[in-house]
Amino acid sequence: MHTTACQRVGASSTTTSISPLLHAMNPMLAPIPFTAAAHKSAAAGRVAARGLSASAHQCSSASTSAPPTGAAPLPRRALRTAFGAAAAGAAHGVACRAAATAAAPAAPSPATGADVEYEAVIGIECHVQLLTRTKAFCGCASEFGSEPNSNVCPVCLGHPGTLPVLNAEMVTLAVRAGLALGSDIARVSKFDRKQYFYPDLPKGYQISQYDEPICSGGRLEVEVDGVMKSFGIIRAHLEEDAGKIVYAGADRLSGADYSLVDYNRAGVPLLEIVSAPDMRSGRDAAAYGEELRRVLRTCGITDGNMSEGSMRVDVNVSVMPRGSDVFGTRVEIKNMNSFSNMQKAIDFEIERQVALLRSGRGAEIVMETRLWDEIKLVTNTMRKKEGLADYRYFPEPDLPPLTVSEDFIAAIKAAMPELPAAKRSRYQSLGLTRGDVAVLCDETATSDFFDAVLALGAPVRQAANWIQGDIMAYCKEKKCGMDGLGITPAALADMIGLIEDSTISGKIAKDVLPELLEGKGNKGVRAYIESRGMLQISDTGAVEAMIEAVLAANPKQLAEYRGGKTKLQGFFEGQVMKESKGRVNPGLMKEVLLRKLQG
Amino acid sequence: MQASIHNGLRSGSLRGLAFKQARCKHTVVAASAKQSVIREIHEQLSAKKRSAVEVTQQYLDAIAKTDSTVCSYITVDGEQALAQARAVDARIAAGETLGPLAGVPLAIKDNICTSGTRTTAGSQILRDYVPTFDATAVSRLRGAGAVFLGKTNMDEFGMGSSTENSSYKPTRNPWDAERVPGGSSGGSAAAVAAHECAAALGSDTGGSIRQPAHFCGIVGLKPTYGRVSRYGLISYASSLDCIGPMAHTVEDAALLLGGIAGGDSHDATSSGRPAVDYAAGLASGLAAGGSRPLAGKRIGLVAQTMGEGVAPAIDAAVRAAARHLESLGATVEEVSLPTFGQGLPAYYVLALSEASSNLSRYDGVRYGARSPAAADLAALFSGSRGEGLGGEVKRRILMGTYALSAGYYDAYYKRAQQVRTLVQQEMVAALGAGRCDALLSPVAPSAAYRLGEKSSDPLAMYKGDLMTVNVNLAGLPALVLPTGFVPASAEGGVELPIGLQLVGRAFDEAGLLGLGYAYEQTAGVPARTAPLAAVA
Repeated sequence: MHTTACQRVGASSTTTSISPLLHAMNPMLAPIPFTAAAHKSAAAGRVAARGLSASAHQCSSASTSAPPTGAAPLPRRALRTAFGAAAAGAAHGVACRAAATAAAPAAPSPATGADVEYEAVIGIECHVQLLTRTKAFCGCASEFGSEPNSNVCPVCLGHPGTLPVLNAEMVTLAVRAGLALGSDIARVSKFDRKQYFYPDLPKGYQISQYDEPICSGGRLEVEVDGVMKSFGIIRAHLEEDAGKIVYAGADRLSGADYSLVDYNRAGVPLLEIVSAPDMRSGRDAAAYGEELRRVLRTCGITDGNMSEGSMRVDVNVSVMPRGSDVFGTRVEIKNMNSFSNMQKAIDFEIERQVALLRSGRGAEIVMETRLWDEIKLVTNTMRKKEGLADYRYFPEPDLPPLTVSEDFIAAIKAAMPELPAAKRSRYQSLGLTRGDVAVLCDETATSDFFDAVLALGAPVRQAANWIQGDIMAYCKEKKCGMDGLGITPAALADMIGLIEDSTISGKIAKDVLPELLEGKGNKGVRAYIESRGMLQISDTGAVEAMIEAVLAANPKQLAEYRGGKTKLQGFFEGQVMKESKGRVNPGLMKEVLLRKLQG
Repeated sequence: MQASIHNGLRSGSLRGLAFKQARCKHTVVAASAKQSVIREIHEQLSAKKRSAVEVTQQYLDAIAKTDSTVCSYITVDGEQALAQARAVDARIAAGETLGPLAGVPLAIKDNICTSGTRTTAGSQILRDYVPTFDATAVSRLRGAGAVFLGKTNMDEFGMGSSTENSSYKPTRNPWDAERVPGGSSGGSAAAVAAHECAAALGSDTGGSIRQPAHFCGIVGLKPTYGRVSRYGLISYASSLDCIGPMAHTVEDAALLLGGIAGGDSHDATSSGRPAVDYAAGLASGLAAGGSRPLAGKRIGLVAQTMGEGVAPAIDAAVRAAARHLESLGATVEEVSLPTFGQGLPAYYVLALSEASSNLSRYDGVRYGARSPAAADLAALFSGSRGEGLGGEVKRRILMGTYALSAGYYDAYYKRAQQVRTLVQQEMVAALGAGRCDALLSPVAPSAAYRLGEKSSDPLAMYKGDLMTVNVNLAGLPALVLPTGFVPASAEGGVELPIGLQLVGRAFDEAGLLGLGYAYEQTAGVPARTAPLAAVA
């Protein structure tokens, strides 16, 4: 579940007895010296749980802009309880880090899934931000990268008396996701409150769906290293995101002078998709995540940007003797900002757990949350789970049950785009190789571009080659997607056409392509290539050589010309033009030709 | 359940009640019939007999004169009120036709957000909170040209039945300064009774409009859940909270309801059913009925609210009211609601569960009072809440938190929801077609009690809500209106008002008000003014 990092404090915070529950949170604002290390990891983990990288510190105190839309009583210094940086420079060590390295000194091999004695069981909880224009329960813009606390209003700031109103767009996207994943769409579902105290949670509870999610069940067919596998989906439910805490004065909690809260993200709609524990290796998990993202992007549900936090994954990993039907102790891993990191983290964790089991130290595998350290390539304990957190879920009384009509579902179904699996089989039926298919279908933008070029009549093979070759390399270099290119599909189709009818050579095309990709040939590829003189040969020596060769090849006509039949000049011009494949400079050619003809 | 309700119904007239028909030839309206204060102001303004500023100033003067004793208000904003009044006077001068609420000075309970005016909900944690937006009810009244005199005192976050749980000051009952005005809308009720406003908005989660109306001798209406938008009402228990009018007369309540009722896109629990002009048919409806305006109406006297545990004067007053309703042509039957007694514990479990969640937002982070010495996050939360919230609020948050905790949820919250369903089904069935048009009961077991009398015994205080909470569980509308007085001899030398409660069908506020109007205009309840009122 989302935000498991958050300890329940509940209303009991009116008494002193809650302080033990809160201790792990202290460091968010107060790096207290005596337990600095543990606190620090908890704090960092909390951020990770929100899908933030530590680099989120760029929001300095200066970025707390003017109070939001008339929210007069909002403290300007959102969370500036100025505590000393007492823990600055405190030790980095975390107890389990040592245990892990001691138990698994060797770097984990990617083949962990193939261990003969043990097998891993992996489940994934994936939060995706839905691509709605506005937030889940108010009219604020739902967008990334705005000035801090600029997309806020009394509702998403949890002001007294405000009430949530459900955004219909998020329901549409959730239903579309459910249909894409083969889920059952609940005709009636409901919202619940998940309660905990945290500065980034304005109401003291998150509106979520607990026991009646909008989507139940489902399945994702994924090709993993050439083998088709089927991974189950347990459920997908709607909820709202929390705000974002940033540290001022340092890039992380330790050393920070104070913390600030940006509520732009508070209330952004999320869909949490929970997989079945069907994966057995980091590779399985990465393939699942990549396919899930592909499906969701294809359907316009999320932009799936892991580094911006619009897609965030928590994985649960346990290890059991091969063939056992009793799962081992489950460990949760957070803080992975790419699928390749997720794969590495899982493989490391499997290896760590297997090593502990092999050495008879299985008891050291405990229910806990660990963080992936992408620099050191290890997982570290963030916090132990002391019993199950009690979020005191109860039905959200401010929102009536969510009912979804048959017509609503039918309309969404009718407008579903082609899903990646269908697209892959269509491409295979076009004669493309599995490799081609995988590359072309990896990004929706790529396959959309490819399809558009095909629709304009370009041959499959050539289109596939150009896209997978030069164009993809260009995108990689420019760090853009195929939807970020200047070139239109029509221009690429034209360019391929010019090659096909031998107007230009492949070499010329390759030379001119970078310019075309910037959009320079969009008004006419041929005209552009001509205007660039790339069609022409203007080197006098080369032209002379070409003309000499033509004259040498046509001695009869040359003799007739010199005998007075001067209108044969046109014949020779045609021959030279043909010889140069249209690339010779006509003016130069005429001048040289006339000279040569006259001997 | 159905069968038991049937068994509980007794045909014929009420046991011990003489069936008596009024035989007046033309009209049954009593000479002492109460006149609408709002309509009177409207007529004076329209006829240019008085200006809106004069009317407003009169109430501000009354507040200045009496409120140091009565303590109805937490915040009085005379400048804003006069500015609003001047705007109305300008409209009058421009020849505009005024709506019924234009220029009418109102008091607003302090848990209803008013843009630019401090809104505390009776709590220290919101002592400096100034909303940036109007509650929908307030913005509608503002649009109708109403004048806002100020914000009235209340039990902190609505948690109490005497206004003694206000973190600012206790409000006094205008009938006897030694007694409480009821709660939690005690400030609004006292302001109306003391003539410190023409009418007021209150809120009702378990009786918070009705019980103070009873204690202060005024009219209070808890509308159907969803009839009035909750947007801007500071939540106590979201599934129970309702904003409603508190006023001198039924017509005033109808006029005020008309100004605030209707669906609202900001409140997903508000109803889209169109609101009607609740005041329009009152007088004509009564007149058309001749001497038997309630002929054909069936009214059920709730058996469980009568007899043991109810003060004899209250019991007698309600029975007398039943007789009067019969005299107007209604049939009054005793109705038994076997689940009635289970409503109170279910109510407290649900209300407190929701409250524990609704009040989580007061954490000192974004607005409201912050503990000044917080050294870390835990201290920020527990310090701000510990210092900012009062004892009763903490007690209720703790109980609600407990009820929602893992392992207890099924035994408390879930069970209470089941009881709620039963209570609702039983009440709705009793008000079904061919059954009762309304249910009649006392509002509380006693008249206003003395300050401090119950404040040290929370359970006794909770028990006082027995007769009102089921209406909230069922989401039904209920009207409280004066029916008489506890004689001075019975209550230590002071006459104390008694109200009666009429519960109607969902969204039938018009029918309920019509019934109440018929009673009010014919029952001959003495039109007395509270001793502490400025105009006495």
